[in-house]
Amino acid sequence: MTRPQRIALYQALAVIVPVLLLEAGCRAGIVKPLTMPAPSAMTVGLVQILASGRMNAAILKTLANVAAAFVSSAIVGIAMGAVIHRIAPVRRLLEPLFSTYYAVPIYGFYPLFIVVFGLGDAPQVLIGFMLAVVGVIVSTLNGLDSVPRVLTKTARVWRMSGVQTALQITLPYAAPHLFTGVKLAAAYSFIGVIGAEFIMSQSGLGYEIRFAFDNLDNGVMYPLILLILIVSVGLNMTLDHWDRRLRARRGAGR
Amino acid sequence: MSRSLPWAPVALIVLLLVLWQGAFLLAGPDALAAPLQTIAYLAQQLTTPEFQQHIAATGTAFLIALLIAIAGGLLIGLMLGLSRTATEVAEPLLLAGNSIPKIALYPIVLLLFGIGLSAKVAFGALHGIIPVAIFTMSACRNIAPVLLKSAAVMRLSRADRIRSILLPAALPDIVTGVRMGFSLTLIGTVLGEMFGSQSGLGYLLMTAIGLQNTQVIMAVTLLLVAFAATVSTALLAYERRLRSRY
Amino acid sequence: METPHVRMRGVTRVYPTETGSLHALGPVDLDLRKGEFFAVVGPSGCGKSTLLEMIAALAPPSEGAVEFEGKPIGASVPDGVGVVFQENACFPWLNVADNITFGLRRQPLAKDEIARRLDYALTLMGLTDFAAAYPAQLSGGMRQRVCIARTLVTQPRLILLDEPFGALDQQTRLLMGDELLNLWRATGATVLLITHALDEAAMLADRVAVMSSRPGRIIEIIETGWPRDRDSRIVSDPAFGAVTGRLWTLLRDQSLNALGPAH
Ligand SMILES: Nc1ncnc2c1ncn2[C@@H]1O[C@H](COP(=O)(O)OP(=O)(O)OP(=O)(O)O)[C@@H](O)[C@H]1O
Ligand SMILES: [Mg+2]
Repeated sequence: MTRPQRIALYQALAVIVPVLLLEAGCRAGIVKPLTMPAPSAMTVGLVQILASGRMNAAILKTLANVAAAFVSSAIVGIAMGAVIHRIAPVRRLLEPLFSTYYAVPIYGFYPLFIVVFGLGDAPQVLIGFMLAVVGVIVSTLNGLDSVPRVLTKTARVWRMSGVQTALQITLPYAAPHLFTGVKLAAAYSFIGVIGAEFIMSQSGLGYEIRFAFDNLDNGVMYPLILLILIVSVGLNMTLDHWDRRLRARRGAGR
Repeated sequence: MSRSLPWAPVALIVLLLVLWQGAFLLAGPDALAAPLQTIAYLAQQLTTPEFQQHIAATGTAFLIALLIAIAGGLLIGLMLGLSRTATEVAEPLLLAGNSIPKIALYPIVLLLFGIGLSAKVAFGALHGIIPVAIFTMSACRNIAPVLLKSAAVMRLSRADRIRSILLPAALPDIVTGVRMGFSLTLIGTVLGEMFGSQSGLGYLLMTAIGLQNTQVIMAVTLLLVAFAATVSTALLAYERRLRSRY
Repeated sequence: METPHVRMRGVTRVYPTETGSLHALGPVDLDLRKGEFFAVVGPSGCGKSTLLEMIAALAPPSEGAVEFEGKPIGASVPDGVGVVFQENACFPWLNVADNITFGLRRQPLAKDEIARRLDYALTLMGLTDFAAAYPAQLSGGMRQRVCIARTLVTQPRLILLDEPFGALDQQTRLLMGDELLNLWRATGATVLLITHALDEAAMLADRVAVMSSRPGRIIEIIETGWPRDRDSRIVSDPAFGAVTGRLWTLLRDQSLNALGPAH
């Protein structure tokens, strides 16, 4: 077995063994069904819910909101990162904000968003966007920082224009960092939208979990939690896989 | 990395206050409270025993959660970071765990721990422990091999090697992890108080959100932000001082 | 005949790589006499650092055996061996004085003995004014001197130096070479010096081993025949020119080899 195969095997075991233990614990009655149904029961429940189609509207709504938050935060974040990178004083001004940003209880702004944007999807999207955009900006700044001066000097020696330099030197060089930012944006969009739905909104997957929880409806709650785990971990692993490929092609250490 | 100058935080605070006032003038008093009014209200609230009790409740839960997140994260990170295979196995898993919307796990936390202090603490620690572990682990892996070789030539014992080489060499990255862990544990604790809790700033925030009481919302948010900003700025300054030496 | 201080027999080193394996070194047979000054020169990437790490037990040989003071080398570094690495190995979180005494503080030594050795090392390496400075505040060459001092103060019986003067200018290099000779004479330690500077090897060593391009083997060992009380003034001796000339003749082909067929 090659080393990468062995690593993948260990990773699979690290996930499967706890799940099996949980399954055994549930079947043996150590874990009460009121606390948590067995993983197999959750899976069956999830399949039934998906097949019945009764959560389709909620799922679609959540995914659409996550997609909106993700795309907007990636585009705005990279653009803002590029601008902030150019203007040193602005960057110095904003840096303390970036470093404390994740301690800000953004959900506290929800009522404000409702008053300003109404009861539609905008507040949820905005919360996802606000959580995600800062990670993109910071990654973009790191990426632009990583471009060695000698490369931009080389571009000047070759008499490349500003746009050419950006497109042919800076962007390709910073690409792995930008992709890290994009990966963060996906995770935080998801976290933000689900959180907003859970806490306050009246629709979406987060809301359905909250609703099932308030009604002690474990048969719906756990399958939906499982769905969220699968989607978020699957999304992350896919992006992570591309991320690693991008970096591997670039050679280690960047 | 551009160094942050002493004027930057002050200018930033002024800027945010101006934006806040602008937003207030645009959106009106239904949407948010004005800065000065909020500050005055917060200052007044800080003197009431009721508000102090909420702060104490959140503070207690947060401190315990933070302690668990840091100690647990350090331990996990060190244990995994000592082995290359363990790091390679664990890294994608930890990153994936970090990308999960933890709020979806909140019902499970409540079912496991019941309503009360332990659930808040568990939810707070759940948010903070992974970043501390990730940063500690990658810090251990990124130590220059020549430093470990030097330790081998000096024939240090395993314990001495961890204490005198590994930890100091990894310290700057560990501090970064603790800074992230601090912020996330705080938000996790507050989120944990928003449901099924009868005390704490999160509870206060949630009831105010339900009542659309912008004054309380803004005051609590301001307090949390001010606290988080102060501590993480201090941690950031410490981190910068460390890094300038490495 | 006296047992050699270091003895290598049939030592090879193969690194596993993504696509298979890379034969980095050997087979090498080598005896270091107790108390001699031995230099190794060879083209870049021929396995010099690898050779040194196997003597220090930092990397296991793929085949063959290494002995130090008559005992086979195991998995951990034997007592009495000091290493100065090619890369900067200063501990960035400690100041110069604490870096230098790091190993000493882990030995059963009296405080004033530690202070005495520290003073000596600081003076020898020209670092007296920088005892309280941190490595980040030093130049590359000064950092390397800190690492040399850190090794010397533990008074090893075998000192392994991997291109220790790589970051120094030519003049300092010559003077540091003189200091190294003084130290070698004063302590009676066996010294193994890896260098890419032929004149340095020719000036300092009793014997110089010339290595082939990768996989590195020892193709010849040259006796310089210098008196024990030599110093850098030897560079003006006609015999010195003969030794460096001989080294270059041997190395030229190997270095061309190492650069590849296009040359
Ligand atoms: N950890 C490793 N994994 C794989 N190959 C390695 C490793 N370390 C060294 N090598 C390879 O072994 C060969 C010898 O390396 P080594 O560092 O011993 O060379 P060197 O003679 O010290 O070179 P230099 O003069 O540049 O310092 C090189 O081709 C190098 O690529
Ligand atoms: Mg080398």
